[in-house]
Amino acid sequence: MKADIRVALVGNPNTGKSTLFNVLTGLNQKIGNFPGVTVDKKVGYTTLPDGRTAEIIDLPGTYSIYPKSQDESIVFSVLADRHNAHTPDLVVVILDASNLKRNLLLYSQVADLKIPVVVALNMMDMAKKADIDIDVNLFAKKLGVPVVPISARKNEGTAALKNAISFANKFAFQEDSIDVNTIAPELVEAIGRELNIDNPYLALQLAHQHETLKFLTPEQSDRIEDLEKEFSFNSQKAQGAETIARYAFINDLLYDTVKKPVTAQGETHSNKIDKILTHKFFGFVIFFAILMFIFQAIFSWSSYPMELIGDAFVWVQDSLHHTLPPGPLTSLLVDGIIAGLSGVMVFIPQIAILFAFISILEDTGYMSRVTFMMDKLMRKVGLNGKSVVPLIGGFACAVPSIMGTRTIENWKDRMITIMVTPLVTCSARLPIYTLLIALVVPNRNVWWVFNMQGLALTGMYVFSLISAIVVAWVFKFILKGKERGYFIMELPVYRMPRWNNVIFSMYDRSKAFVFQAGKVIIAISIILWVLASYGPGDRFAKIDQKFSKPQYTQHMTPDSLSRTISSAKLENSYAGVLGHAIEPVIRPLGFDWKIGIALITSFAAREVFVGTMATIYSVNGSAEKMQSVYEKMKEAKNPDTGQPVFTLAVAFSLMMFYAFAMQCASTVAIVFRETKNWRWPVIQFAYMTVLAYAASFIAYVVLK
Amino acid sequence: MRLSQLEVGETGIVKEFTDLEMSVKLMEMGCLPGEEVRIERVAPLGDPIAINVAGYQLSLRKREAYTIVLQ
Repeated sequence: MKADIRVALVGNPNTGKSTLFNVLTGLNQKIGNFPGVTVDKKVGYTTLPDGRTAEIIDLPGTYSIYPKSQDESIVFSVLADRHNAHTPDLVVVILDASNLKRNLLLYSQVADLKIPVVVALNMMDMAKKADIDIDVNLFAKKLGVPVVPISARKNEGTAALKNAISFANKFAFQEDSIDVNTIAPELVEAIGRELNIDNPYLALQLAHQHETLKFLTPEQSDRIEDLEKEFSFNSQKAQGAETIARYAFINDLLYDTVKKPVTAQGETHSNKIDKILTHKFFGFVIFFAILMFIFQAIFSWSSYPMELIGDAFVWVQDSLHHTLPPGPLTSLLVDGIIAGLSGVMVFIPQIAILFAFISILEDTGYMSRVTFMMDKLMRKVGLNGKSVVPLIGGFACAVPSIMGTRTIENWKDRMITIMVTPLVTCSARLPIYTLLIALVVPNRNVWWVFNMQGLALTGMYVFSLISAIVVAWVFKFILKGKERGYFIMELPVYRMPRWNNVIFSMYDRSKAFVFQAGKVIIAISIILWVLASYGPGDRFAKIDQKFSKPQYTQHMTPDSLSRTISSAKLENSYAGVLGHAIEPVIRPLGFDWKIGIALITSFAAREVFVGTMATIYSVNGSAEKMQSVYEKMKEAKNPDTGQPVFTLAVAFSLMMFYAFAMQCASTVAIVFRETKNWRWPVIQFAYMTVLAYAASFIAYVVLK
Repeated sequence: MRLSQLEVGETGIVKEFTDLEMSVKLMEMGCLPGEEVRIERVAPLGDPIAINVAGYQLSLRKREAYTIVLQ
């Protein structure tokens, strides 16, 4: 879409920035990528009163343009790069009227970059409730910019804001906040001269941030580095001096524009809730109760829509098989691409539900209390209070959980969280565990109440959490952190969730999941389909020849004949050949070539296991026909010894393999997308495979 | 006197910081010399703590609170 004016939305976290973005743009928004970085770029469009179209870019919430996390670093780089397709013509700074002081720091920094600014004064209703009286006219006059009081939640004042955007100046008329030249005058002057920059604050920011800015050439960056040495510039000291100067300006500004009640109140409501929710004992009880509820919801609420999606795909596959002429192309489309797509789509309900809950927990302010309560515990194993959320989400699916690690500012904490999240028992492992446990663990009660199969399953879940924590603890010693860990975090006032935002978040995340992971899944399912449908040399032709002889065609029903043929073909396909090839490697784990095929196909996605087992043991249908897969696997005998294939040792060895192995193409893809470096998914894949092999081997040897 | 030595409900006024890196981050969040701070609560496991500063609630670890010197 072509826009007449480009507007960037900037503000502190928890100021209602996303709400304003959603109100302004409605469903007319899309997520893209900023070039070269992993941060999502949220862009939407709105029509201004004068008929022009405005493109609105929602920049990540930040307290200052000095970045502390990956997300935050995008703010300055978008605002500072004046020769780029994303350069905004205008910045709307959204301020929380009930907490102006801290919010104004970011405003004063942005204003000093001399980009035209409009201020949206949000939460005016909250400020009134807290008896905060703001003289908006005087405030606007002192800043020298238009100030529009709004309430994004109630959709009040947004028309006036659009009006202000359409009347905004092409030039920046805001008053200076601080005298930048008092901070590092010679350096600012030199950078300005050499890089041809006339804005002193921009020059100062380049001195601070040149290492991470993509739009500077290496020569420019080196030159700035040299200049810094020449004038012995200390970034932290300069930033400290600047912050103090800015707060002096802010205090001066607020002195006669804002009247506050002498005794602070307004927080009491939130404080009362905190007394219960972060209580020494009940705090954890409530937290675990909420977790249990979320798990239940993810499993039970999603089962019906997942079934529907699965059925819909089966129906599409069926009807395509009937309407399209048979042949390799049809087979590729139906059994390769559409089958692969359905593997992605069935997870949408779980992802949507998980993100609905996460967005509710974040919106209400409860999530920051969880990180507050868990920080000490998580820190001991090299994680961070904020790692709790992705780890919990990992029980549903590692993919959205890894996307959620972006809120962790500390690089090392974030990497460790990404590295261990796939160890947590995700929902794709559940059908495998239930099938294998049903095969080997008796359905009997021990100690009257505990079902042995249930205990085994619970054991697998607990085991996964323990292994994630132990691995995190090991990574704590391996990874070298660039920065010191800290935990300086706002605890926002409790609020009701905004249902619009919850729905937007469900929609956004599901869409991102389908498009990002979907590509990889489709590619891999095409490869798998080719491997399973073709064989080397003339093996397939020989099978067809063999089974067309009368002793087969006359003595077998067509149904069982076609099943025998397809299982013979599978054994001789490239996948089957691969299974035989890796048999020596997996033999010590107790697996034969058939399990080998399932292991290989499972590297696309774990849930493929049941389907592959079904095909290999020539059962028509897939996971729906669990009972028959179960029966076939129960009856499967080792041709050499005549003993059952799936013994206690083999089943547990397999479960151990699935517990540790990185058998999920979507996770590999998302880890790459989030880290933008192939090293991380490769390291993760390697360590998980090694652990899987070792755990599997130990389980087999001990139980044999 | 350090911020980490205050009890829940007690207030103090920030005088200076002992750690440059922390001071920059704390000052950005509105916790700067001359500001009044009050300990609101302590996390169930004893760390981190939540303080009231500049009209809102900020949580920080005790180790970080130790770098804040009070008047």
